[in-house]
Amino acid sequence: MNVRDLLKLEDLKVAVEGDMDQEVTGGYMGDLLSVVMGNAEEGEAWITIQSHVNIIAVASLRGVPVIIIAHGFEPDEDTIETAKDEEITIMTTELPPFQIAKKLITEFGL
Amino acid sequence: MTFNYVVDPEAPERAGRASTRFKGVLKELGVSPKVIRAISIAMYEGEINMVIHAKGGTIRCDVDPDKITVVMADVGPGIPDIEQAMKAGWSTASPEARELGFGAGMGLPNMKKWSDKLLVETELGVGTTLTMEFNLT
Repeated sequence: MNVRDLLKLEDLKVAVEGDMDQEVTGGYMGDLLSVVMGNAEEGEAWITIQSHVNIIAVASLRGVPVIIIAHGFEPDEDTIETAKDEEITIMTTELPPFQIAKKLITEFGL
Repeated sequence: MTFNYVVDPEAPERAGRASTRFKGVLKELGVSPKVIRAISIAMYEGEINMVIHAKGGTIRCDVDPDKITVVMADVGPGIPDIEQAMKAGWSTASPEARELGFGAGMGLPNMKKWSDKLLVETELGVGTTLTMEFNLT
């Protein structure tokens, strides 16, 4: 499946459309950047409540194609601009991290 | 080949830029994904440390046929207790930095874990220089 396929879930809204053709191979959930940096795998959708611009550096360095900002948090303006530059997709959801993770697992088998 | 980067203390939100740029260089040079991953993680941690603990600094990356050396030198407070700083989970990051998801206490431990050699030289009130080596063979 690719990033675009995630939009089959109505709970997800696109904040930045990056390279939506990139493959999604799994998911990772976390808010401590070092932990995500050291453990997320390339191709994983990253669920977090962090919304500041440093999340783009983490995603870019780890090869994360899509960041899902959960719990109703919205990305900063700086985050949006940098994500565009790096072609990283940002989606938002009102759902808490656990609930959106559950949906990704049950809907897509991630 | 040598690549130099400056980490700007006035733009903490830009931390990770040098690592991202150097990752692009390594990709172009055809370095293996495994080594790129290790360097990305370790260098990112160093860059974050330079911003949240020090007043920025400089990074010098040397690419040789058998290894890549990354030297990160900051102007900062220095590390009073290296043994403690090397412990996973130990952090002196400010509450503000923690709110942003930094200060997990994984900086130096991650640098040690992902590099093949780590040298820490530090002087209180002067600064810290980290030298990391990554084997290519």
